[in-house]
Amino acid sequence: MKDPAQVIQDTTVRLLRKAATVLPADVEKALRAAYERETNATAKTQLEAIVKNIGIAREGIPMCQDTGIMIFYVKVGEKFPFMGMIRDALTKAVVQATAEIPLRPNAVNPIVGGNSGDNTGKKIPWINWEIVPGDSLEITAFPKGGGSENVSIVGMLKPGVGLTGVKKLVVDNALSYMGKACAPNIIGVGIGGGADIAIKIAKQQLLRPLDDHHPEPEVAEIEKEIFEAINATGIGPMGLGGDTTVLAVKVDYAMRHPASLPVGVAVQCWAARRSTAIITKDLSVQYVTHPVEEK
Amino acid sequence: MTEYHLTTPISEEDARKLKVGDIVYVSGEHVYTARDEAHQRALELFEKGERPPVDFEGSVVYHVGPVAWQKNGKWQIVSAGPTTSIRMELFEDEFLRKYKARIIIGKGGMGSKTLAALKEVGAVYCSFTGGCGALAAKGLKEVRAYEWQDLGMPEALWVITAENFGPLLVTMDSHGNSLHDEMDKKVAARKAEVYAKIGVQV
Ligand code: SF4
Repeated sequence: MKDPAQVIQDTTVRLLRKAATVLPADVEKALRAAYERETNATAKTQLEAIVKNIGIAREGIPMCQDTGIMIFYVKVGEKFPFMGMIRDALTKAVVQATAEIPLRPNAVNPIVGGNSGDNTGKKIPWINWEIVPGDSLEITAFPKGGGSENVSIVGMLKPGVGLTGVKKLVVDNALSYMGKACAPNIIGVGIGGGADIAIKIAKQQLLRPLDDHHPEPEVAEIEKEIFEAINATGIGPMGLGGDTTVLAVKVDYAMRHPASLPVGVAVQCWAARRSTAIITKDLSVQYVTHPVEEK
Repeated sequence: MTEYHLTTPISEEDARKLKVGDIVYVSGEHVYTARDEAHQRALELFEKGERPPVDFEGSVVYHVGPVAWQKNGKWQIVSAGPTTSIRMELFEDEFLRKYKARIIIGKGGMGSKTLAALKEVGAVYCSFTGGCGALAAKGLKEVRAYEWQDLGMPEALWVITAENFGPLLVTMDSHGNSLHDEMDKKVAARKAEVYAKIGVQV
């Protein structure tokens, strides 16, 4: 019998390695398409550099020197037998991955200062838990860079401004940071719930495949409008001008309190790193975003 | 949009030829990393009449906190995309005047104080594509020294031999032009059109 904690740890190390070095296929495809489509010569140089960089990183080098703060999304089946081992296994995986890949140590104590040196520490890695039906475990590694996180916001709007106000908040935010978050970006928007819920929903949108649309047509329409508006700014890759400022805009919502209209805006840079695997109760592993190549 | 392949040390004359929109690839031994603390230390040394461990004149100064590791006793740059340059706006003009670096590299652009110093000294600011750490590392061939280690890996002064490091896009030149300022104006001019797409009237 395999050691379940070791299986979870080994799987997570591979997830972190793949996340840092190989973009999910949908993101790479979108960046290549943006490069092909681009009409602005300056922008073309930036997109070309990104595409080249992706090719070099694939050999096992972190695509960006900011390898992010360690965040996981975990969906654990209610009947998954090794639930109690997950946190410890993920934390050990982070320490191992930091030394082996290598990742930049990015866990700093905000109170007394100092970098832990291994990407772990109080509440980090941060784990977003979800209990789901079934008996398997799904882990998504989602290392998040600082540059794009720094321009993520929550707006507590007056309900009277309506959906137009929501869209304006997202567009004004993009206008204010002008591509400095390493555009082309992906923007997640969460509407309703409360301040924490709105930003949580917003960030979860960054896990969606780039080419999907929200199943509710009204929401899909908002996604499209914001997408077109931000690309009409001409901000372009790295804010140096061009046709592609955002690769996608993803919106979702929760019911809201009658008195409030919270809006979360989560910004993701082109280095949209995520990697997912499923571990069954028998400890067989399936890599979803970065399948193991058959020899 | 002209493409240049320059070798360090770069002369004032060569630096003044560069214009916003040009692409530069750099090779040579005068390539250094410097962030906030390295700039500060270099300026302090100058005040005290002491010399830094490298010669900055004609050099390329890269705003970056690299990921590096030691392999067989030798330091190697693993990934090294640019950091946000505007933080260095505090020191860059003085740094340029005192040390006469010819190319500053970073991301996001810099402000009016730096732009004025570029003009005065004869130097340019280049943008390297944000996040492209693996591509940058390819051009940063060899680490010759790792100075000011007490500042920590990201803030230290890395002394590098570069080989075709680029593409570097000139976004601020010695003629007073800044693509960053230009972009601010261009985007502002499009605001009404952008707002119209989401039903906002201005
Ligand atoms: S914003 Fe993203 S791509 Fe840019 S430096 Fe940060 S992590 Fe890297």
